[in-house]
Amino acid sequence: MEQGHLLLALIALPMLTAAVLVLVPGERKDIVRLLSVAVSAMLFAISLYVFIDYQGNGSEQFSFLLRYDWLSNVGILGDDGITLYLGIDGIAATMLLLNGIVTFAGTLISWKIEHKNKDFFILFWLLVAGVFGTFSSLDLFFFFFFYELAVLPMYLLIAVWGSSTRFPTFIRTKEYSGMKLMLMLVAASVLIFFAIFATFVEAGLGTFSLPDLYAHAANGGFDTNFQKLIFPLFAVGAGCLAGLWPFHTWSPDGHVAAPTAVSMLHAGVLMKLGAFGILRLGIQLMPEGAEFWMPALVVLATINILYGAISAMAQTDFKYVIGYSSVSHMGYVLLGLATLDPIGINGAALQMFSHGVMTALMFAMVGAVYDQAHTRELAVFGGLAGKMPRFAVFFMVAGLTSVGLPGFSGFVAEFNVFVGTFATYPWAGALAVLGAGITAVYIFRLLALSFFGSFNEARWGSLKDMSKFEMAGGALLIVFIVFMGLWPSPFVDRISPTIVNFLPGVG
Amino acid sequence: MRPDLNLDYALLVPEYILGLLALAIIVIDLMMPKIRKDALPFITAGGLAVAFAVSLLYIDTDDNFAGLLSIDDYTTFFRCFFIAVTFVTVLASAQYVQTHLRHPGEYYSLLVISTVGAIYMAAAQELLTAYIALELLSFSLYVLVSYAKMERRSNEAGMKYMLLGAFASALLLYGISFIYGASGSTSYAEIAAAFEGGTEGFTFGTLIGLTLIVAGLGFKVAAVPFHMWTPDAYEGAPLPITAYLSATSKAAGFALLLRLFSGALMPVIDDWQFMLAAVSAITMALGNLIAIQQRNIKRLLAYSSIGQVGYMLMGITALSPEVSSALLLHMTGYVITNMAAFTAIIAYHNASGAEDVSDFRGASDRAPLLAAVLTVALFSLAGMPLFAGFLTKFILFQSVADNGYFWLAALGVVASLVSLYYYLTVIKEMYVSAPPDSFQQEGRFRIPLIMQGAVIVLTLGVFFVGLYPAPLFELTDSVAAVLFTS
Repeated sequence: MEQGHLLLALIALPMLTAAVLVLVPGERKDIVRLLSVAVSAMLFAISLYVFIDYQGNGSEQFSFLLRYDWLSNVGILGDDGITLYLGIDGIAATMLLLNGIVTFAGTLISWKIEHKNKDFFILFWLLVAGVFGTFSSLDLFFFFFFYELAVLPMYLLIAVWGSSTRFPTFIRTKEYSGMKLMLMLVAASVLIFFAIFATFVEAGLGTFSLPDLYAHAANGGFDTNFQKLIFPLFAVGAGCLAGLWPFHTWSPDGHVAAPTAVSMLHAGVLMKLGAFGILRLGIQLMPEGAEFWMPALVVLATINILYGAISAMAQTDFKYVIGYSSVSHMGYVLLGLATLDPIGINGAALQMFSHGVMTALMFAMVGAVYDQAHTRELAVFGGLAGKMPRFAVFFMVAGLTSVGLPGFSGFVAEFNVFVGTFATYPWAGALAVLGAGITAVYIFRLLALSFFGSFNEARWGSLKDMSKFEMAGGALLIVFIVFMGLWPSPFVDRISPTIVNFLPGVG
Repeated sequence: MRPDLNLDYALLVPEYILGLLALAIIVIDLMMPKIRKDALPFITAGGLAVAFAVSLLYIDTDDNFAGLLSIDDYTTFFRCFFIAVTFVTVLASAQYVQTHLRHPGEYYSLLVISTVGAIYMAAAQELLTAYIALELLSFSLYVLVSYAKMERRSNEAGMKYMLLGAFASALLLYGISFIYGASGSTSYAEIAAAFEGGTEGFTFGTLIGLTLIVAGLGFKVAAVPFHMWTPDAYEGAPLPITAYLSATSKAAGFALLLRLFSGALMPVIDDWQFMLAAVSAITMALGNLIAIQQRNIKRLLAYSSIGQVGYMLMGITALSPEVSSALLLHMTGYVITNMAAFTAIIAYHNASGAEDVSDFRGASDRAPLLAAVLTVALFSLAGMPLFAGFLTKFILFQSVADNGYFWLAALGVVASLVSLYYYLTVIKEMYVSAPPDSFQQEGRFRIPLIMQGAVIVLTLGVFFVGLYPAPLFELTDSVAAVLFTS
């Protein structure tokens, strides 16, 4: 078996699972659960194997290559036309692992879903397939195909299995949040659509194969003005999914309203698709455009960091704090990318992984409380650490990672981002460090309000600590947080050579 | 009569079969009242299957009948296409006709006759033949739209459709006469030859002729601003006829447009391209925007189909072999998707009497299969991946962008975004809203097996085009090539 088949398995397995689930009778909730957990364990194992096995390929950009003809020599398409072209670089390998981890943890935590769990998992598996597909596609058509596939099930996942949030003066319904998320993300992909049309026409190669287009770009196939025009379409279109300010507003609402596993996957992995898109489509395809526009992205990313952190500080809802914290943390990813500095991009990729695991853990923990308490208002909790000690420890690990405590993954990632930024845009670096300070404030505020202080025995006496499945899912995430925090070199060894391969003027 | 005319009647056998089938249906209806109730749709379907099989014998034929009708792969493609659509419509009609309509014999035979009209619209290579074929389709449809004769809405719809349709026919005929005046012929090939040397001396007349033809055919395919009949006709017509209108009547219009513009009017492309670009842009913008406000499912799909016409007109605007093959691909995907949507709606209507979008609340509990099929179809219409719509739109828009109409393709993508919103409102009713209280007593709807089979097959078709489009795309590519070889 070729290595590339592993990538195909990562995409095909969730799709087949969705198809098989269609045939399972809806009453057999146990079959649905067992099948889903088994598949997610397999996906985790495969993605881990791919990550370990990925050794790079010298100066070749991609390995694990696999290519099948799909459409060729019809209509506008030439010999290579559209091919199912799979392959990964070090960053993609890391992202596949991230998706494997979060999917496994998310499936474990979704064990308790009772309401139409078959329909839930069908949509969930489509989402997972979309994410794996985007990370491993080397064809522009399929990249976009899977990118949209990951958005497709979101409305129903949020509107059917999600939860509304009651504010003092209004209710933010899950239907509203789902619709907002879906429409904003598809609207953003409209920009990517434009850019793809233009790129295909401009290149005139009759193929959507990304390596061919990269080669075309490297030979000066896209002139500077064209790149300046098209790069922002890719960057903003994909950036919207990465929570780029001011197009981030779908993110807190959507992530809060979504059911736990979907929040985990969406905030943990899907937002990285956006950053990954900026990298694959923007920086790699339009390097001169990137160079021209990156200062603007630095500004936006800095706003992201500060705006997200300040907003998180003001939230009264548990999940909204995490929602805005995601916006803030994605700012570090975007900032790292925007530096176009090898260390900065390295930091961005590490942060993508670190934030993915950490935010998944946070959403999982909040979900564990919400399912019992049916409220997420910070003000009504207090002293939970005494009643739910294991939960408190798990959450604190996530919180401290978020703050960037050494020993956890967040530190390694953010440190790289800071170094990269100080080398290129010192002022942005200073503001980013300030953002990390604010992060500490809102995280400690959150911990103080909910875990410490006096415990309301009358109201919360019946709360139970985490279930086995929640423990297992959480522990899996923590293992990787600590692993990356203590021994980042397996990640760096895969990411750095990749960056050197595509970044102009480096290496 | 010129001696060199080819009067090979064997070329027209599939249509003879259809004609005989239409007669046979009426005879059976009259003579054997016992079997007509249940068996009629299946007899019709059987006859259609035979005609379909016979049509396949004409693959790779390249001939014409008296210079009026071409029997080539393009015609064969549309023969199979229209017969298949009628086949599905007939099966989807069975239960509906029994419960809602009287005189099933004429209903089925008119459907079959209209199919002949549609086929000849695709086959015509001469303006008057095309016109007569179009009238054959239209007249059958006028009757079918007002077939629920006890219902005022149906009568009103038929009346509106007929009056506006007659008006459009007049425009078309007037346009044809201008083109005849300019070129001295009604044959596509001769018109093209005449225009090849320019339209000196009659430039303005040609322009008027082209405008009138675009307006007349615009009516038939329901392009804005000639679309006003569509929502009323869709709403008033019996549901299966609404489905049929949205599929065959549109596809036949485009089959005619494609052959006419590629075969006859290519030399004067500069005179009509801007016109069609404008009509296409307005059509997709307006159709999709107005659809947002609709509360009746048929009206919603009527406006959505107007939006779809806008996308397809893009393909005529940026006319080239590549765009034509993309257009045929998109049209096929669209028709399969639309038939899936309508078949699910018909089945749901049969069980519940649903008319409005809000009547679909809780459909995921009341009829899970139909809700799932409708969701797939709507996502496909919106152009989401896995389904036909994503691929066919992607290819169509990219081809149009490739042929110099980037802005039109871009507008199409934006219009698709708008459409996603109103499709989601339907999906929301089905999955998010709770079913009405009566659900507790009634339980799930019982859906006849034949309808279940039909929606499942159509849905598989939607996936097939979306995931493995190579066979279909290669087919449409070779079919479109026929138009541009002569």
